[in-house]
Amino acid sequence: MTAAAPPIHELQTVARTLRRHIVKMIAAANSGHPGGSLSAVEIITALYFGEILRHDPKRPDWPDRDRFILSKGHGVPALYAALAERGYFPVSELMSLRQVNSRMQGHPVQGMTPGIEASTGSLGQGLSIGIGHALAARLDEKTFRTYVLMGDGECQEGQVWEAAMTAGNYELASLTAIIDSNRYQLDGAVEDINSLDPLAGKFAAFGWHVIEIDGHDVGAVVSALHSAHAHHAGPTCIVANTVKGKGVSFMENNNEFHGKAPTAEQLKVALAQLGE
Amino acid sequence: MTAAAAPVPLTLTMGKATREAYGDALLELGRANRDVIAIDADLAKSTFSWTFGKQFPERFFNIGIQEANMVGIATGLASSGKIPFISSFAAFVLCKGFDQLRMGAAYPHLNIKVAGSHGGISIGEDGVSQQSVEDVALACALPGFIVCIPSDEHTMKAAVHSAALHQGPVYLRLGRPKAPIVHSAGVAFAFGKAIQLREGRALTIIANGLLVAQALLAANELAARGIEARVLDMHTIKPIDADAISRAARDTGAIVVAEEHMHHGGLGSAVSQALAAGTPAPAEFVDLGDRFAESGKPDDLMKKYGMLAGNIVAAADRVLKRK
Repeated sequence: MTAAAPPIHELQTVARTLRRHIVKMIAAANSGHPGGSLSAVEIITALYFGEILRHDPKRPDWPDRDRFILSKGHGVPALYAALAERGYFPVSELMSLRQVNSRMQGHPVQGMTPGIEASTGSLGQGLSIGIGHALAARLDEKTFRTYVLMGDGECQEGQVWEAAMTAGNYELASLTAIIDSNRYQLDGAVEDINSLDPLAGKFAAFGWHVIEIDGHDVGAVVSALHSAHAHHAGPTCIVANTVKGKGVSFMENNNEFHGKAPTAEQLKVALAQLGE
Repeated sequence: MTAAAAPVPLTLTMGKATREAYGDALLELGRANRDVIAIDADLAKSTFSWTFGKQFPERFFNIGIQEANMVGIATGLASSGKIPFISSFAAFVLCKGFDQLRMGAAYPHLNIKVAGSHGGISIGEDGVSQQSVEDVALACALPGFIVCIPSDEHTMKAAVHSAALHQGPVYLRLGRPKAPIVHSAGVAFAFGKAIQLREGRALTIIANGLLVAQALLAANELAARGIEARVLDMHTIKPIDADAISRAARDTGAIVVAEEHMHHGGLGSAVSQALAAGTPAPAEFVDLGDRFAESGKPDDLMKKYGMLAGNIVAAADRVLKRK
């Protein structure tokens, strides 16, 4: 954190901009995951525009930068939109999503796209990677922090709990997990397929400091991230309750849009709702 | 034609297990480079990563029985500039960590060094669950990985040091039993460069790991019958030394490949590709075949499953008929 966060209404404006990028990119590609990208927007907005991440778009490999790992890799349109708006690459590049010869790969690719810290898309791996960064910081006595964004469905992966156990036992206070808990996975409701309840309780039992918030209240996300920073006894898990497809009426809680692009007509409606 | 000379008995001195040499080399690396980190998944006493761990506790992480998490943590450490050496049994780190190695080591081409110990069936009594007979096939299927099975303590130590210097992911197979010494202490070692241990013009035996010593014993037996075999220690399966294989095919016209691995996807496959793309020559294969082994004493298993000098001699006789 380098300065006071901008006023909430400014962050809400950024969030709307990111949402417009997301639906446009996915419509242009005619491929992608709108639901889980839109649910993560306020979380990513808070990190990149709420003065949380210490980073420098001109030096993506700055050794002292904070790390952000998008473990739920299918939500990467939200991250590309934020990185472009922060100047990691031109906004115009967003429209090449999922096309051949583009750096806007369907899932994040480390070393290809500036600002992408890990190759994800095979769910369940990001938290372990975050532990590695946090251990490196501890070994080198560096103060950078590591943030890992996961989906709630993703937490069905066993590796998440291997990592949760380890981070808790290692008391990695520089590590923050954020769960975009939009309650859906590809085949339906998480609750129906293999329930994670109580998700917050599970992380607490593994030794994490747990905060549960409304993941679309960007002010609440910023506050929770401050609270994570202030907690020195171990890692923090922010369970962000979200709505899949948030911001576009016909996508909200409509799991059809887990992995389907809007049509040209639907895009028009979506953009109108998002203030364009 | 003169009678063949009486066989000169080949005596090989028994050395350390390659896993023990791994630990020794890791300790040397730890002293020289503070970015070297070791992680193990509750087999540190067996893989000898503990040799490093007891000396550098702050740089050693025994993560518990979590191979997938171990690989992921290595991804983070390597991404933040460390050189993680991760170890477990070969069967566990490759089979349970494969997706993590694919996404977090191979794809980003990170500086992660994977030590798979107790490779092959010579781990013995513990049986099939612990016997890695497919690790080379799996590791070769990770783009950009170097895949190497050193044959003795000297090449193992050299391989560990080479792995630390190499920018990118490396897989090393370590063995459980003591390994006969087949190289000298100062042996010139480089990934992708076979080491010729014996010259001959009748055929070439290409082997790695414990089968190198068996190849030397076999060559000695063949020499007693007037058949001079070249022996190559092909420690690196990927990238394969295609030049050495082409030279062997040109000079000797017949090849025997010997390895402690299943038939598919190991050294035999790599040598066959090189032969087909370079100078074709008939080849025969000494390996486990397309099956699992079982519990038993290592020597009994190597005998029952056909990976001893006698099997190499038989393969040599077969390939010479096809020359």
